Amino acid sequence: MKYSVFSLVRQAMKGHADWPRVWRMAKPRPAYDIVIVGGGGHGLATAYYLAKVHGLKRIAVLEKSWLGSGNIGRNTTIVRANYLLEGNEPFYEFSLKLWEGLSQELDYNVMFSPRGVINLYHSDAQRDTFVRRGNAMLLHGSDAVLLDPDGVRHYAPMIDMENGRFPVHGGLLQPRAGTARHDAVAWGFARGADSLGVDLIQNCEVTGLSIRNGRVEGLETSLGHIGAEKVGLAVAGNTSDLARMADLDLPIESHVLQAFVTEGLKPFLDTVVTYGMGHFYISQSDKGGLVFGGDLDGYNSYARRGNLPLVEHVAEIGASMIPRLKRLRILRSWGGIMDMSMDGSPIIDTTRIGGLYLNTGWCYGGFKATPASGWCFAHLIANDTSHDVARGLRLDRFLSGHLIDEAGHGAQPNLH
Amino acid sequence: MRINCPYCGERSIEEFTYRGDASVQRPSGDADLEAFFRYVYVRANPKGRIAEHWHHSGGCHAWLVVERDTLSHEIFSVRAAREPSGGGERGGGA
Repeated sequence: MKYSVFSLVRQAMKGHADWPRVWRMAKPRPAYDIVIVGGGGHGLATAYYLAKVHGLKRIAVLEKSWLGSGNIGRNTTIVRANYLLEGNEPFYEFSLKLWEGLSQELDYNVMFSPRGVINLYHSDAQRDTFVRRGNAMLLHGSDAVLLDPDGVRHYAPMIDMENGRFPVHGGLLQPRAGTARHDAVAWGFARGADSLGVDLIQNCEVTGLSIRNGRVEGLETSLGHIGAEKVGLAVAGNTSDLARMADLDLPIESHVLQAFVTEGLKPFLDTVVTYGMGHFYISQSDKGGLVFGGDLDGYNSYARRGNLPLVEHVAEIGASMIPRLKRLRILRSWGGIMDMSMDGSPIIDTTRIGGLYLNTGWCYGGFKATPASGWCFAHLIANDTSHDVARGLRLDRFLSGHLIDEAGHGAQPNLH
Repeated sequence: MRINCPYCGERSIEEFTYRGDASVQRPSGDADLEAFFRYVYVRANPKGRIAEHWHHSGGCHAWLVVERDTLSHEIFSVRAAREPSGGGERGGGA
């Protein structure tokens, strides 16, 4: 069913009691051509584009819990393409372009709001690095604007510009960046994939991979054996666990990242701001709560909950940037398990197992990448070649030395 | 989480800095590229028990080997990294 003002009026006449299910509750068939493991944003987007762009049939998405129950449902919803390096910026700019048309493409309101993202800088040296990054963005066909202090005041007057220790000298603004409704992204891709015939199978946990003569043949699941010619893994923090089933060792560690939302406020902040002297990013949701986050807890974790010292740390940084946050109460916090790669950049690649494809290493930048990740992973699975903008996101770059280390932290995943 | 430092006793997690998996061993200098690649980049990333290096950076500056569960965050043992494994273990708080 196409969503439109007419369908809305028609359903309103029937008291909204006749809306069809958004997707079927599919039961697994004995075999598929392509099985995507992971019913989150990336997995659902991959299935959608496999069916839509490549016209493929017999596709299933397996999800151990409910659709969108992982990191797509637990993030700070920021969408941006403000990277420096050749391997990253074209990919994220491609993603931003997909975001701009995503609601129309999916016939589902993902509430993409290009409200701008501002990175604050606090010294001459930091300004120089931001100018360099802004120029790199412009050269890659993206947008970037350098703001002076008055420019920052114009967009975000609540920021403590005269902070005694870290005065704000200005900011790097990407006007086309912004936020989106995270759950709607999962639901929109799920609905789109389902309407193109993809089976979305929930509560189906993968317990093993059947591999014969170096080629994948199918999967063992909690709902029994499912045959598959091609299997794509898009399972974020659980990547190492699944890869172990195929004896693959990966340059990945799993870390917990927390995020927070305050009580609801009247309109207060209509852009996204990140601090330059501590890891802190904040925006206001349409419900009025301030949504913000900071660093990883810092040690390997598969627990979807964070520690209290980090809550305090993030709150301190936030109050340093916007002192009036002190008056607010944090309503909720949550933790998600990040697939931290060894250079802070993602991996979309084949593996040494025939028919087994890998989509991982999103660190805590996975949300903004959702459409491009799905597009490029679908391209890889359909054609067995990397998409142009994902050419650098290879698994063998760690051996060959072609790292994409945006932050320059080296092989220390908890610092990326 | 609280870590029972063998020198200082039980202290809050805030006093410690994380280094990572303690099971990886630096290969000898004449090892091949593959061995160094595995040492620098490849991690087992277990869901469950892991031995890892922590630095008591806000305390005595000792390097520690902490055995911990990555799912429950329970700590099984803490020892100084300079001690050989299997000796001098002390229990830690979860």
